[in-house]
Amino acid sequence: MIEANGLTKRYGRTLAVNDLTFTVQAGRVTGFLGPNGAGKSTTMRMILGLDRPTAGGVRIDGKRYTDLKEPLRHVGALLDAKWVHPNRSARAHLRWLAVSNKLPEKRVDEVLALVGLTDVAGRRAGGYSLGMSQRLGIAGALLGDPGVLLFDEPVNGLDPEGILWIRQFMHRLADEGRTVFVSSHLLSEMALTAQDLVVIGRGRLIAQTSTSAFIDAASGSSVRVRGPELDRLREVITSGGLKADDAPATTEGPAALVVHDATTDDVGELAGRAGLVLHELAAQRGSLEQAFIQMTGGDVEYRTGDPALAPVAGVAGAPVGVPGQPGEALASQRTGAPVAARKADAR
Amino acid sequence: MTTLTLLKVERIKLFSTRSPWWCMGTAVFITVGFASLLAGTIRPRDLQDLTPATTQFSYNFGFLIMMVMAILAITTEYRFGTIRATFLAVPNRVDALLAKTAVVALLAGLVGEAAGVGAWALSRAIRPEAPLALDNAQDYRVVIGVGLVYMVATVVAISIGLLIRHSAGAITALLIWVMVVENLLPAIPRVGETIQKWLPFTVGNNFLYAGQQVGENNNATPSDMPFGAWGSLLYFAVVAAVLLALAVGLAKRRDA
Ligand SMILES: Nc1ncnc2c1ncn2[C@@H]1O[C@H](COP(=O)(O)OP(=O)(O)O)[C@@H](O)[C@H]1O
Ligand SMILES: [Mg+2]
Repeated sequence: MIEANGLTKRYGRTLAVNDLTFTVQAGRVTGFLGPNGAGKSTTMRMILGLDRPTAGGVRIDGKRYTDLKEPLRHVGALLDAKWVHPNRSARAHLRWLAVSNKLPEKRVDEVLALVGLTDVAGRRAGGYSLGMSQRLGIAGALLGDPGVLLFDEPVNGLDPEGILWIRQFMHRLADEGRTVFVSSHLLSEMALTAQDLVVIGRGRLIAQTSTSAFIDAASGSSVRVRGPELDRLREVITSGGLKADDAPATTEGPAALVVHDATTDDVGELAGRAGLVLHELAAQRGSLEQAFIQMTGGDVEYRTGDPALAPVAGVAGAPVGVPGQPGEALASQRTGAPVAARKADAR
Repeated sequence: MTTLTLLKVERIKLFSTRSPWWCMGTAVFITVGFASLLAGTIRPRDLQDLTPATTQFSYNFGFLIMMVMAILAITTEYRFGTIRATFLAVPNRVDALLAKTAVVALLAGLVGEAAGVGAWALSRAIRPEAPLALDNAQDYRVVIGVGLVYMVATVVAISIGLLIRHSAGAITALLIWVMVVENLLPAIPRVGETIQKWLPFTVGNNFLYAGQQVGENNNATPSDMPFGAWGSLLYFAVVAAVLLALAVGLAKRRDA
């Protein structure tokens, strides 16, 4: 378990992390989500004792990282795949890491095999592709067979094959019961990987919630529904108090209806009571990224700091304090109300 | 984490890249090379000046190269981020950095010995007729003691590397200090020569050359230095230790 308490980091005039309090539960994959520059890497460096917090603190299983004895046995981290001397071989890199924490040197060959680098382990790491470097970084993180793992944007810059490999690896680690804390600026990536989310924007906590609750809140939910009697279906739905739009036939599928702010349960029940046959009933995610930018982007604008600058930011086209969804969502989440509860209220 | 473990880690790190080997080889080669060049080309009537002390005049080359190597041992870790990997593996930064300093200084000491003894032995082989026998403590000190000066000098260099963190900046600072400040300061009227006698590398050099006659006009070390030979070495070592404590203390507090 990782517990951050009032974590704050200031670099000169930049407040990179601002009073951040969150918990990463043991045995789960927790995503650390925020746009570029939100303070994810800074937070991770503070968790690992590399950067000294300006205020607040963070503990891993109750201890500060710097108080861990042979820390690689407890915590594995991949913050930057390039933290390897380019003229050193992968094997030599892992070897000094292993020796430093009194791990058996045969463990080096084990993790090399685990990430599929055995054949190139003698080559200088500077010649590796990003994907290979990333694998080497993961090998280093797994060296001490740790129960807690931290990854900072592990799929950034990888080709699709590499992304898939990392994604599957995360799932495997989670299945093994490890605590995984993985950062990303892509909600769509987190939706595939993480069970829980810690969301930050401009160094501040925006939400700590389960991934599905966050996505529901962030994207709104709509349902795509289709049946042989489309017109009757529309009537039933609208008389049930829901709003339905037509979705014309596309290459994706034949003509259907899109019901807003509803769940598949709602729509299915209405259709069932009316005795209507359905050929399709599916929840639709809106554009996750768009919604995410709205939620975190709101925070960016609030935090331009100097109040005198706020109107300028408004002119720049962003919805500064515009009443409506993003602002509300932010407000209620900041007060700590669970996202799911907020949704129920809204209905 | 035991000291032996940390020393082994730093040893693996140092020798798993090729550049330390190059630095060490070059340091010995250039130092010994210049000494034998001198021995080979000296005029017969100057032969009585070819003493053990004279064979060591080129030690500055080797020890500058080893200081640059020491700086790079630290600054490349910052450049490539391996210092962070190191601190993740060994969160006790003081121990980790002291282990690195020990390994690099020990290595520099060995290189210094190889270069010093090599320069003397080769000179003697080239000019058996020169007065190159090691007759007294002074002769032994100048030939065998040079490794100690290398060791202390690399501790200074590591501290500079730790404080500045960038290869180019740290090397420039070192060169300005050793080549410019320590050599040109006597040019300042009145106070220059007094200050020079307290500058660390000048004092360190006095450990080797105190009481030695090198050439006709003895200019190996300023006259009336504040310390004798061993006092000079101690002073040099204390300066290096203070600098290292400062650098390590700062590295402990700063963000990695
Ligand atoms: N070492 C540093 N010195 C100065 N500013 C920094 C430093 N590290 C990060 N920052 C600043 O702190 C903010 C957060 O950066 P970072 O933690 O890298 O964000 P993220 O990883 O979420 O993209 C940015 O504005 C960045 O410019
Ligand atoms: Mg980052």
